Amino acid sequence: MDKQAKATDNRRSTPDTAIYSQPTPLTGAETVWATLVGEGVRDVFGYPGGAILPVYDALRKFPIRHILVRHEQGAAHMADGYARASGRVGVAMATSGPGATNLVTGIATAMLDSIPMVCITGQVSSKVLGTDAFQEVDITGITLPITKHNFLVRRTEDIAPALREAFRIAQSGRPGPVLVDITKDAQQNSAIFDFAAAAPQPYRPHPMLSADSTSIRETLELLRTAKRPVILAGQGILHSGAMEQVRALAERTQIPVACTLLGLTAFPASHPLNLGMMGMHGESWVNHAIQQADLLIACGMRFDDRVTGSLSTYAPNAKKIHIEIDPAEINKNVRVDVGLIGDLKEILETLLPRLPGRDGAAWLHAISAMKGDAAVHDIQQLPDNGHLYAAHVINDIWRETKGDAIVVTDVGQHQMWEAQYYKHDSPRSLITSGGLGTMGFALPAAIGAKVACPEKEVWVIAGDGGFQMTCPELATIVQEQLKINIAIVNNGYLGMVRQWQEKFYDKNYEGTPLLSPDFVKLADAHGIQGAHVRRRAEVVSAVETARRHPGTFLIDFHVEQEDSVYPMIAPGAALHEMIRRPKHNPLVETATEE
Amino acid sequence: MLHTFVALVEDKTGLLARVTSLFRRLNVNIISLTVGGTETAGVSRTTIVAEAAEDRAPRIMASLYKLEGVLDVDDVGRHSAVIRELAMLKIAADQSTRSDLFQLAEVFRARIVDLAPESLMMEITGSASKIEGLVQILLQGNYRILEMARTGRMAMRRGHHASQVLEALGDTTPRIDPKTLSGALKLEDENHA
Repeated sequence: MDKQAKATDNRRSTPDTAIYSQPTPLTGAETVWATLVGEGVRDVFGYPGGAILPVYDALRKFPIRHILVRHEQGAAHMADGYARASGRVGVAMATSGPGATNLVTGIATAMLDSIPMVCITGQVSSKVLGTDAFQEVDITGITLPITKHNFLVRRTEDIAPALREAFRIAQSGRPGPVLVDITKDAQQNSAIFDFAAAAPQPYRPHPMLSADSTSIRETLELLRTAKRPVILAGQGILHSGAMEQVRALAERTQIPVACTLLGLTAFPASHPLNLGMMGMHGESWVNHAIQQADLLIACGMRFDDRVTGSLSTYAPNAKKIHIEIDPAEINKNVRVDVGLIGDLKEILETLLPRLPGRDGAAWLHAISAMKGDAAVHDIQQLPDNGHLYAAHVINDIWRETKGDAIVVTDVGQHQMWEAQYYKHDSPRSLITSGGLGTMGFALPAAIGAKVACPEKEVWVIAGDGGFQMTCPELATIVQEQLKINIAIVNNGYLGMVRQWQEKFYDKNYEGTPLLSPDFVKLADAHGIQGAHVRRRAEVVSAVETARRHPGTFLIDFHVEQEDSVYPMIAPGAALHEMIRRPKHNPLVETATEE
Repeated sequence: MLHTFVALVEDKTGLLARVTSLFRRLNVNIISLTVGGTETAGVSRTTIVAEAAEDRAPRIMASLYKLEGVLDVDDVGRHSAVIRELAMLKIAADQSTRSDLFQLAEVFRARIVDLAPESLMMEITGSASKIEGLVQILLQGNYRILEMARTGRMAMRRGHHASQVLEALGDTTPRIDPKTLSGALKLEDENHA
């Protein structure tokens, strides 16, 4: 345990190392904590209840900080945010029945984004399993399709092996969530705890991994002959820790890099070869570069529909190299010419010494020319027209934090504006629900990120809709004495849905106008300071105030109500068929199609 | 098209649910599924016949391998394999029709395994087309099939390709047949000698 972690938590005791050096009789509940400590866990996000009470009763004997959440969904998102910020496995705990089912959305969120997480749930006693006992639910059945694997543990002696296996599975290969459901009697009974003997089976690599010399040769040949190549950078780069290797690949071959939403922090935004985000709300030159490319080198990404647009028209002239650890992703959405299936870092290490020399100047120049007036306008230079735009708010937060904060977003318009206007230079500095698109993610995930990285400045950027889904976690922040800065981008609508209604449903704003409480008063009720911001001139000083304030600070930014995110690809349209920002003013509230 | 996969899985509670849940998740319909023992204790053999586009086989295999407890997967439909099914048919029959049915059973190498005053039971083993052939003849001959039970297919590759249970349990060397993968996935021969 490091000093910093010790200083910032409420752990009750130092670990008893003797239990790891020799087999010791422990209760199942003690075994849970002893195994977690042995796996290096320091923080657990959870909510107690009847079927998990024996485990909570044993907590005082172990050096683990328990963060009490206000809703189990929050526990799952916190464990998720913890894992995304640190790369370590996040741990969530809940009781049986409703406690377990409340985890479900958070587990699915982690599954879709391949986040290593272990969820521990209490279960009714094995004697009454299957009898519809009080708070009994078949959580291993419910979570079967949304976990990488799950366990139902009925015997005390199976707890340590199952938990250790869960940690192995969560982290190995393509990461993901694992759930361990433990019956109450297994928690209460005793068995010999032998940490070493409970070691998991060695990781068996997926038998279809394949990055042999033929594919490597083909890759190098494609790299050598390509005139218009683009690297597609995904979150797999972060999972594999291949940031340096991707950078070396790009620099040595002078190939530009386009990022997915989850891959945004895998390659520095300020790097001259970084084009920016691709896909549905990617900048036009990024998508045009992909559509005109003759070679795509996809690194740790899965050609999600938000990234490709219509598949039949996607990068029609490009050869495709897919470097990916999950064989089930190869040829799933996009037919590829070469599949390099394995750990990205290892594969790139093999490629790097063999890379051909390339002159990429002409292609880079062509992409620069495509930027033209389509480039993100320097919105700081635009005159203040009396309106407050979300893009300004986010851009100012970026400038004030010097791009150094961990930003945790919710889902919707503000999420896309964050991706466009906050320039991330360091890995894991953007935490966002990409695959499942879970509203309510931001606040709890930020708590997890702050617990994982107490030394980092953490910002929540959320909409008024998503924030209200999980705002009871404000009390968790206060109870845990965390310092988080919260920016609510408040436009009085479920903005992204409203934008779709504007574009595709004849402006029939059904169900999207949204009444919110006074968020500053809500914060105040929790003992959290806050401020309203309605004018552009007030943004910077409010951000400064929040950053200087020793505790959590909430800013309610009342932005333009009917602003839309551009560029935008309509569903079913090709990647290059974007609805662009209005030319005369990139930030006016209603846009016309070009 | 119909794909025939053989998957060797650990004999553990819930593993079959994981396998079938996977097909449901991939939006692939299972035509038949058989599960039973193997030459190795603790290992079950499942034969899954599924309807899916031809190019989906690699992803189905890759997804099966991702399940914890799945030891080995083979797309046997693409190889020379013996594929068998067992069917039991209860057919309405009295003294006047019995002997015709006995003859029919002989032609199809089926066996009469039960005889009652108003019906008899036939057991037939063979390829799906053989069983369907018998059923067709019975229906055309205006026999009444009172009940039919089919096991679904079981499959085993011919010749030297033995079950890889032991290898799968002990050996972590990648071993894939390149023919089962689409042209985009290039694999070296030494990986699966």
